[in-house]
Order: sequence, then C-alpha cells, then structure tokens
Amino acid sequence: MSALLEVRNVSRHFGGLKAISECGFSVTEGHAHGIIGPNGAGKTTLFNLITGIYKPTSGEIVFAGDRLDGLRPSRIALKGIGRTFQNIRLFKQLTVLENVRIAYDSQLHYSPLEALLTLPRMGRNEAESIAKSSALLEAFGLGALSESLAGDLPYGLQRKLEIARAIALNPRLLLLDEPAAGLNSGETAALTEFLRWVRTEYKVTLLLIEHHMHLVMGLCDRITVLDFGQKIAEGTPEEIRGNKRVIEAYLGADEE
Amino acid sequence: MAAMAAFFKKLGANRYALPVLLAVGFVLSLVIPQYGLLNGYVQFVLIMIGINIILSASLNLVNGYMGEFSVGHAGFMSLGAYASAVLTVKLLPDLPDAFFFLPVIVGGLVAALAGFLLALLSFKTRGDYLAIITLAFLMIVKSALENIPYVGGPRGMLGIPKLTTMAWAFFWVVVTIWVLRNLLYSKFGRAIAAIREDEIAANSMGVRVREAKILAFSVSAFFAGVAGALLAHLLVFINPSSFDILKSTEMLVMVYLGGIGSLAGSILGAVIYTLLSNWLQDFGTWRMVIMPLILVLLMLFRPKGIMGFRELPWFLPKREARRKDS
Ligand SMILES: Nc1ncnc2c1ncn2[C@@H]1O[C@H](COP(=O)(O)OP(=O)(O)OP(=O)(O)O)[C@@H](O)[C@H]1O
Ligand SMILES: [Mg+2]
Repeated sequence: MSALLEVRNVSRHFGGLKAISECGFSVTEGHAHGIIGPNGAGKTTLFNLITGIYKPTSGEIVFAGDRLDGLRPSRIALKGIGRTFQNIRLFKQLTVLENVRIAYDSQLHYSPLEALLTLPRMGRNEAESIAKSSALLEAFGLGALSESLAGDLPYGLQRKLEIARAIALNPRLLLLDEPAAGLNSGETAALTEFLRWVRTEYKVTLLLIEHHMHLVMGLCDRITVLDFGQKIAEGTPEEIRGNKRVIEAYLGADEE
Repeated sequence: MAAMAAFFKKLGANRYALPVLLAVGFVLSLVIPQYGLLNGYVQFVLIMIGINIILSASLNLVNGYMGEFSVGHAGFMSLGAYASAVLTVKLLPDLPDAFFFLPVIVGGLVAALAGFLLALLSFKTRGDYLAIITLAFLMIVKSALENIPYVGGPRGMLGIPKLTTMAWAFFWVVVTIWVLRNLLYSKFGRAIAAIREDEIAANSMGVRVREAKILAFSVSAFFAGVAGALLAHLLVFINPSSFDILKSTEMLVMVYLGGIGSLAGSILGAVIYTLLSNWLQDFGTWRMVIMPLILVLLMLFRPKGIMGFRELPWFLPKREARRKDS
C-alpha cells in the first residue's frame, strides 16, 4: 500500500501565531487515518491547507503524486478530495437533491453553450445526474427527503447529507472534520458503523478529525496527534493510547 | 381572489398553455401595430414592459440567483445602446429592418465583454465591495461616453432609426427567458446558486467558481446590452445620462419587487414597475424620490420580493417539472 496523501514539513502562520508548524505525515491508501489533538491544536487548519482554502506558509502537500499546495480549492476537489466541515456548510436554501447534484456536476460533460441552447448532450447528462444523485441519496437513507431544503433537516441528517455530498464528488480521499460532534454515544456508535460502510462501499480513504476517542480508536488504522500546531505522536491506536506525550497534552488541556 | 389564484395555478401547471400563449402573443405583437388595434401610447408601454422584463430577468441572474449586489446594470445597458446605435446610425445605415437582430446582438456582445471584465474583478471581492466596484464601473462608462465626440459626447446620439417593434421586443423577451432558464437549470445554474449559498463549500465541492461567475456576469450583461439596443431604437435618441444610477435603481426595484431568484418574479416585477412608473409620470420629480423609497421599503420589509425563490412551473425545464410532480 502506498501513500495517497503526503504532508511534507508544512507550516502555516497567522500573523505571529503558528497554527501549523513543520508538520509532516502520510496517509496510506485504503486506511482510515485519525487526527486528534486538543482544541486549537491546528486540526481544522490542516484540513484547510490540504483542501486549498489556506496556502501553506512553507512545505509541500502531495496527493497521488501531484503537488496540491498552490492549487485552487476546486482543482483540489476535482483531483479526488472530498470534505465535510466542522460547522456544517450545506447549501441550506437548496434541496437535498440539489446539494448532491452540485458535487456530482463535476462529472458532467457539457459546455456553457450547450447549456444555454439546451442541446441534446446536456439533457442526457442532466438525466444521468438526477438518476445517480437520487441513487446516492437512497443509499444514504435520505431518498425520501430529496425535495426538502437542506437547511430544514435535523442536525444529524445534515451531517449525513454533507458526507453524501462529498461522496458525490467520487473522491479517493474523504476528509471529515469532527463528524461525531454533537452526537450522543449511541449515535456515535451508529456513525462508526456508517463510516465503515462508506469506506468499503465507496472505496475511499478516510482522514478524520475527532474528539470522540471511541470512534477514533475503533475506526482508525493510524492516528496522528497534534498539539500547538506540531505533530507530537503518530502510530496505531494501541501505540497512541499508551503514549506519554499524548496523555500529557490531553491532561494539560484539561487542567486549564 | 382565491378563484383567480386557483386559475393561475392551473394555467401555470398546464404544459400546453405556454406554447399556445407564446404563439398568440407573437401573432398579436405583429397584428396590433399592423392594424393599429391599440393606440401608440399603449404600444409604447407594452414595448417598455418587454424591455424591462429583459432587464430585470438578466439583473436577477447576478443579484438574485448569485446573491451579489450589482448596481452597474445601466452601464451594460448603455454599452448595448451605444454599440447598436453606432452600427445603425454610422456604420450600417442601410441595414434592412429585418436584420435588426444584428446590431442588437452586437450591442449584447459589447456589454457581455464588459461583464466579463467585471467578473474578473469579482473573483477577489464580494458583497459591499463588489457593489462599489459595479458603481464605479457605471460611472466610468458614463463619463467615457460623455467624452467621446464620435458618439455625441454629453449630448448623445440623435436620429437613431426606430427599429424596435412590438414583435422584436416580444422575440427578445422570449429569447432572454428561454436562455436564462436553460442556464439556471444546468450545472452552471447550480454552480451560481452554490456560490450564493456558500462560496467556500462550493469551491470544495469542485464547483468551478470562476467559470460560473464569468458566465453569470457575461450573460447578464449581454441581455442588459440587448435591452439597451432595443431602448435606443425605440426612443431614437440616447445620451449618457439616460443610463445613470437612477436607471439601475429602477431595475433593482423591479427585481426586488417581483422576487429574487425567480423568472416569474422578474416578469411580474417588470410589469408592475412599468405600469406604476408610467402612472407616476404625472408626479414629475417626485418620481425620483418615490422609486428609491420603494426600494428601501422593499429591502426592509420584503427583501425577497413577491415570488422570492419560487418559480412558476412554466419556467422549469420538463425534466425538473416532472420530478417535482412525482
Ligand atoms: N483564519 C485564521 N486567522 C487567524 N487565526 C486562525 C485562523 N484559522 C485558525 N486560526 C487559529 O489557529 C489555531 C488552530 O485553529 P484550528 O481551528 O485549526 O484548531 P482545531 O484543532 O481545529 O481546534 P478545534 O478542536 O477547536 O476545532 C487557533 O488558535 C485558531 O484561532
Ligand atoms: Mg477544528
């Protein structure tokens, strides 16, 4: 198994604040890879660097052999990286189906002119997009809600829709920023199973940020630990559980 | 009232109603002037309604569907008006009437080019700042035209042939609505809506944000240019101050009155506005106070307008209408 994503010595500064400093790790294709660390450790910043929302101050990010740093977010998404957001960012005023179709649209092939004149290729593509997106929503158990506004869904289903939307991009790597945030322990257990299913069904490598240790330890093949923007540990769940620096970082954070 | 609403609902849902209405409308637009079935003033108002529909629907693309706040639409309109008038007055004075579509298209293309340039600026800025840029654009166009002697400077252009007929106006309204509908219910239309909802999320879902912005601004400007060309050849006289901020304000009133994110709303807004403004003509300068006042009240109390983000089934492509029925 080879590295699908490589973060090489990446730093990102905001003014004087080193949100990420000289951070490096790699994600193996097919793995579920966890990122953990106390609040403000730089986890979300790392996701924003990988997906191109922020540019690294220094360092390189390589995905499937291509440099990502410097590319626009849409280009990076189209290379096969889907993501969800810590604070859900659905297209709230659009329907559930439209949310998924927008991500699926990257796979449709027709030009602006074909759209403006509604030429036959456009119609075929559109019909396919409706069929495929509806099928995806069925598979996610959201089929009955296709025509509801995304913003009207209950919180848990919004999280699920956000994952469905990311999957519609047909990504090789899926970044999940705290998918279990706000869920109780029963729901978290269900989410763990659900993520296992997503991973095998859509053959996608997972990189996820999570605070729920149960989920992380149960799901991940490998875990990277961040604290104050630096990688302080990396290893299998067993190795991380016994790591002194990790325990200190968490205890230190708890003492505040 | 309820009976009327029910009637319109049924009419709106009937898929044959629209083609029939379009055919009848087109025949009427030819027959009415031919046989003088309506007096000249009424015909003029009907053509103005058509021009205003083109303006409000095209402005709605950027301000409603994409969620920006452009006040530069009158600038695009003036570019279309001047470019087409230069053709019919100076370059091709012997153009047969049947070829009137040619200068109109050229007017649209010149405006679209300006729209394209404005789109490039919209990559970096959004919201208030972009609104200010569109205002600057409007002022630049106006003062540029005032300083080009070839197009008459501040006095403007006179002796433009009166080529805009009811039939041409009707034709261009149908083209505008049809093209906008096609665009809106395509992946590009969904990209535009995604930008409005959340530009960062759109980017992360692979939406080609730049392409969508270019398309929205160019198409929107193209039809503003078309409307400008039609107006120039209706009034037979244009000057730079016919396309000032007040003209843009009128279009904003139409869009925010009829409803943002709705073609039906754009049409409704244009009809109500045109009738209202003709009625207000008697109030002279007070019009200048009343129109902006209406805009302020709308923004405060009904920011999405009458139809806000709702659409008549007529303006949905077949595949979308069928899906929504089931
Ligand atoms: N755009 C920004 N401008 C300035 N500072 C920022 C910006 N984004 C993040 N930061 C700072 O970088 C640090 C890391 O933030 P980040 O959101 O990555 O943490 P996190 O590990 O995701 O935390 P949490 O677990 O609370 O989500 C924080 O101190 C944050 O305030
Ligand atoms: Mg975070």
